[in-house]
Amino acid sequence: MDFLRPASWEEALAAKAEHPTAVPIAGGTDVMVEINFDHRRPEYLLDLNRVGDLYEWEVGEETVRLGASVPYTRIMENLRAELPGLALASHTVASPQIRNRGGVGGNLGTASPAGDAHPALLAAGAEVEVESAARGTRLIPIDDFYTGVKRNALQPDELIRAVHVAKADGPQQYSKVGTRNAMVIAVCAFGLALHPGTRTVRTGIGSAAPTPVRARAAEEFLNAALEEGGFWDNGKIITPSVAKQFADLCSAACNPIDDVRGTASYRRHAVGVMARRTLTWTWESYRGTRRASEGAA
Amino acid sequence: MRVNFTVNGRPQEADDVWEGESLLYVLRERLGLPGSKNACEQGECGSCTVRLDGVPVCSCLVAAGQAEGREVVTVEGLADFAKQRTCGDSCGTAGTSLDEARQWAAKGTDSQTGEGTELSPIQQAFIDAGAVQCGFCTPGLLVASDELLERNSNPSDADIREALSGNLCRCTGYEKIMDAVRLAAARQSEGV
Amino acid sequence: MPTNGAPTKITQGSQTKGGIGESTLRPDGTLKVTGEFAYSSDMWHEDMLWGQILRSTVAHAEIVSIDTSEALATAGVYAVMTYDDLPTEVKNYGLEIQDTPVLAHGKVRHHGEPVAIVAADHPETARRAAAKIKVEYKELPVITDEASATAPDAILVHEGRDDHHAGHVPHPNIVHRQPIVRGDADEAARRADVIVKGDYTFGMQDQAFLGPESGLAVPEEDGGVHLYIATQWLHSDLRQIAPVLGLPEEKVRMTLAGVGGAFGGREDLSMQIHACLLALRTGKPVKIVYNRFESFFGHVHRHPAKLHYEHGATKDGKLTHMKCRIVLDGGAYASASPAVVGNASSLSVGPYVIDDVDIEAIALYTNNPPCGAMRGFGAVQACFAYEAQMDKLAEKLGMDPVEFRRLNAMEQGTIMPTGQPVDSPAPVAELLRRIKAMPMPPERQWESSEGSDVRQLPGGLSNTTHGEGVVRGVGYAVGIKNVGFSEGFDDYSTARVRMEVVGGEPVATVHTAMAEVGQGGVTVHAQIARTELGVTQVTIHPADTQVGSAGSTSASRQTYVTGGAVKNACEVVREKVLEIGRRKFGSYHPAWATAELLLEGGKVVTDGGEVLGDLADVLEGEAVEVEEEWRHRPTEPFDLRTGQGNGHVQYSFAAHRAVVEVDTELGLVKVVELACAQDVGKALNPLSVVGQIQGGTTQGLGVAVMEEIIVDPKTAKVRNPSFTDYLIPTILDTPTIPVDVLELADEHAPYGLRGIGEAPTLSSTPAVLAAIRNATGLELNRTPVRPEHLTGTA
Repeated sequence: MDFLRPASWEEALAAKAEHPTAVPIAGGTDVMVEINFDHRRPEYLLDLNRVGDLYEWEVGEETVRLGASVPYTRIMENLRAELPGLALASHTVASPQIRNRGGVGGNLGTASPAGDAHPALLAAGAEVEVESAARGTRLIPIDDFYTGVKRNALQPDELIRAVHVAKADGPQQYSKVGTRNAMVIAVCAFGLALHPGTRTVRTGIGSAAPTPVRARAAEEFLNAALEEGGFWDNGKIITPSVAKQFADLCSAACNPIDDVRGTASYRRHAVGVMARRTLTWTWESYRGTRRASEGAA
Repeated sequence: MRVNFTVNGRPQEADDVWEGESLLYVLRERLGLPGSKNACEQGECGSCTVRLDGVPVCSCLVAAGQAEGREVVTVEGLADFAKQRTCGDSCGTAGTSLDEARQWAAKGTDSQTGEGTELSPIQQAFIDAGAVQCGFCTPGLLVASDELLERNSNPSDADIREALSGNLCRCTGYEKIMDAVRLAAARQSEGV
Repeated sequence: MPTNGAPTKITQGSQTKGGIGESTLRPDGTLKVTGEFAYSSDMWHEDMLWGQILRSTVAHAEIVSIDTSEALATAGVYAVMTYDDLPTEVKNYGLEIQDTPVLAHGKVRHHGEPVAIVAADHPETARRAAAKIKVEYKELPVITDEASATAPDAILVHEGRDDHHAGHVPHPNIVHRQPIVRGDADEAARRADVIVKGDYTFGMQDQAFLGPESGLAVPEEDGGVHLYIATQWLHSDLRQIAPVLGLPEEKVRMTLAGVGGAFGGREDLSMQIHACLLALRTGKPVKIVYNRFESFFGHVHRHPAKLHYEHGATKDGKLTHMKCRIVLDGGAYASASPAVVGNASSLSVGPYVIDDVDIEAIALYTNNPPCGAMRGFGAVQACFAYEAQMDKLAEKLGMDPVEFRRLNAMEQGTIMPTGQPVDSPAPVAELLRRIKAMPMPPERQWESSEGSDVRQLPGGLSNTTHGEGVVRGVGYAVGIKNVGFSEGFDDYSTARVRMEVVGGEPVATVHTAMAEVGQGGVTVHAQIARTELGVTQVTIHPADTQVGSAGSTSASRQTYVTGGAVKNACEVVREKVLEIGRRKFGSYHPAWATAELLLEGGKVVTDGGEVLGDLADVLEGEAVEVEEEWRHRPTEPFDLRTGQGNGHVQYSFAAHRAVVEVDTELGLVKVVELACAQDVGKALNPLSVVGQIQGGTTQGLGVAVMEEIIVDPKTAKVRNPSFTDYLIPTILDTPTIPVDVLELADEHAPYGLRGIGEAPTLSSTPAVLAAIRNATGLELNRTPVRPEHLTGTA
């Protein structure tokens, strides 16, 4: 095993180009477990801790450009307003110690369906900024990023530099089921974002299919139902039947398995419950802000 | 490979480090600082918690090479670290030397064992509150609790539970650990 | 001098500071908070090697061949050993039945069984070398339950059994069977107005001590070996290790290294023999440290169990009879299975008066992971089932579940199903009364002016509910556990106590082989010495095999038995000190000859309080040292047919009330409060007593809602050997645990004390389950209960 310690992003890209099998390590919260338990013996470890850019974020007009290694703790503390769904998701990641080290880049690189960030990114809308020495930068839409169980759209010579997440234009929520009240891997997870600007709702489901997925049929149904009932304008409570059908469609979007963490049947059920609850919470919040702005006006 | 970093205020150098070694292994097996504990080595118990450039992390998940040039505080240096925080740079540093750490032998314990050892407030509170049983989780809990009280001098019970939710204890049922953190916070606010 | 087990009264040292009854602080506390306390995994030696174990990847197979050549040729490798390299004819070990191969011979019987061992200069070198050992297996069908174990054509897990249980078991794949028959259950059933039957399942729990199995074996010049080890019983280890090494016991020196928790999981050997073998083979110190993955294969677990119960009661709430059948899965090797069977059967009736019972408990041999001792030891599984039965009966009778239990509660004088009269306080009804009287925690405690605090709701930080679907439930349970080793076992301990003057002050040194595993025995020994000898300074000598056996740190027995041994040795020392005093100073004061003399506050005083002299003067130029064995009252084996016999020394009782909040839609549980009332006889160290009760309570909570080793029934392979998927409670899963301590002295025990470590682990689980049933209305006949069981999605 060789330990590569690039001092800059350019050096990191050069090293990855020279050694495409090199395994990037930043927070180490996935890679080191595999090494400690003898599940993996990479030829090269590519340490990204000295690449300072990866720890920075910029809040732009439309999006937040979030460095791949910005620890979850920083996201929770600093980006709660801009990225509320991701901040909530960050708070559910493992333990404080892990949140201090791990970042979204690791979740994306590992592409485990259980990664906590995925449903929030899918719901908010995001693009993954990847780069190679040979071909430069490209932006991969989050919807195209997950290609299989623990597989992603990254080329062997590419590294994840940042993720561009759409700034929240409405309420967002995130729920995760685990069999413990802290420090637990998701049995399944659900992210939901209201986008009043485009009058759309986006979702993200974790740990209930081979990859993180959106519940597209559920989104389409809800978008149509909200439009039809004039809900965005009248701010009425979403009828229980609409909420229920949305929840059922979210359950139907799952393609889960039975494993030691839970049954497929439970995952489908729980995603439905979380879909209904997160829709209620976000919609209540939307109605609240509407009322507040009307009151102010 | 060779790794250089600072542990408890002292520059340390480790040679012939295998690239897959964790910071925890280097501390325990190469630097004679076994205070950080090896309970799970998968980031699921917090027993190996150290401060890395001030931030609490699981040292089992930090590759040794990633510690290059950085500052580490372990439980062995916690009393000095807390003292520095209180009185600034004038206190000087101590920490366990490699030789001291390796001269372990089965020695008796008595009412004087450790007497004269200067403890940080959180260490003393853990003893006083009965928060130590087997003690294997204790070093990680001390580092995490100390950091909590550093940023929140008057935590609620829910705050304490959240801050320590990454540290497993199998002996105590956590009640005495809650007592210890409350006690340290209360003593801190009284300026004891 | 008092005789062993005789009634005792406290006559000594009530004036000496730091004696019994005070919450003195741990003597090892400072070392433990500074990181200097040396645990077994912290051992380090110049030039040491690292040992690695190669384990079977399948559960049941013939070993066709093992090729170690490539591993041996690896640079940095010093030794590779298999069964063929074992030095003597003794190649097995075991607590009671020596059926466990040191290294697999011809066959592996469970997933993770040790097949070969390697010593190398770095752990990674050792791991790589172990991976190069080629083992060819021919897989066999796996035996995983009672049906497959006792089928007519079942493969025998162990061929040619000749152990002392082989003769009386109905099938060779049954380790031990213990029936208990008393009265006539069938006849009594006719008096019952209601009958309740239930089938219950208890999952496989892991001790999950945090300090992994580890130790350092150092070869010595005389051809022997010195082992620094974390264990629960040094002498039991020694008895099993020495014959395999071909060494007399005096050439295997054992010193207790720091123990990072035990809970029964260190009663059996793990890496002890392997480290010694490698050290003797290479002539170098060898350290072995399991990682968490290996730890799940490196020790036995709590027996999973299937329990069938039938109870009857009259309209007015009196229990008529009980029939039960308890099937414990012992896995591939016997470990403590026979004794667990004895406990499960003899305590299966719970703390209730039932005259007519028909009980059977068995433990199976299967290809599942070996199971043995864990805190609660057979009584835990039974308590889960009989307490569920009590709730069902109360409901059927329309009675309050606590009142129903109180109506049937045993008391001092009750005859156990084994025919043994309970001859010390058994305040079951009182504990239930106290637990019910404790104030309830506030409702909707998660609500504040700022909204819902998810940390106080089911799901916790995962943000699954802000109150939706949350229903509160309350449940009660009570249990009975035996204290000490039972069934005729010669259960003794040894203490060496020395008294001398050091630096002008009298100092006592206590030397025992007691394994301090965190329970606080070292604290208590110092307290006893202060009380008995009137000194302030007490040194606790490290535990090793240079002193006689202390027995096991298990069965809630150490404060009773080794505490008793320390007390006894102190009393002998005291007499000798007084003899010296009489010899030196008797002529100066008549009271030396006539009065009853005490040692208090460093002085010899009369029972009237008159000071006769300083201990320092009495002991000037003299040292007194004794080593004495001490035994509790003897017990008897249970009759193999009827189960009759005075099998137990003492009983211990605890009751719990659980208050839970269940997210009934998602099946997630938050335990809000888990209150405990326990009789401890006499709290030698109240702070430690409460700590033990809270810790035991939390382990019971764990197996109620999350802890289970999951074994694939098709392959008998463990599916979750890690802390990622074997979950134990975090501080956010653990509620406040108010404790009400009752102290009713047992006149047969030292200071009246009662063993306390295990009882709280029993009733905690059924109390939580009862509370979840109360919240959901579901029957819930298995533990742990998982979200799918609460949502109909299992």
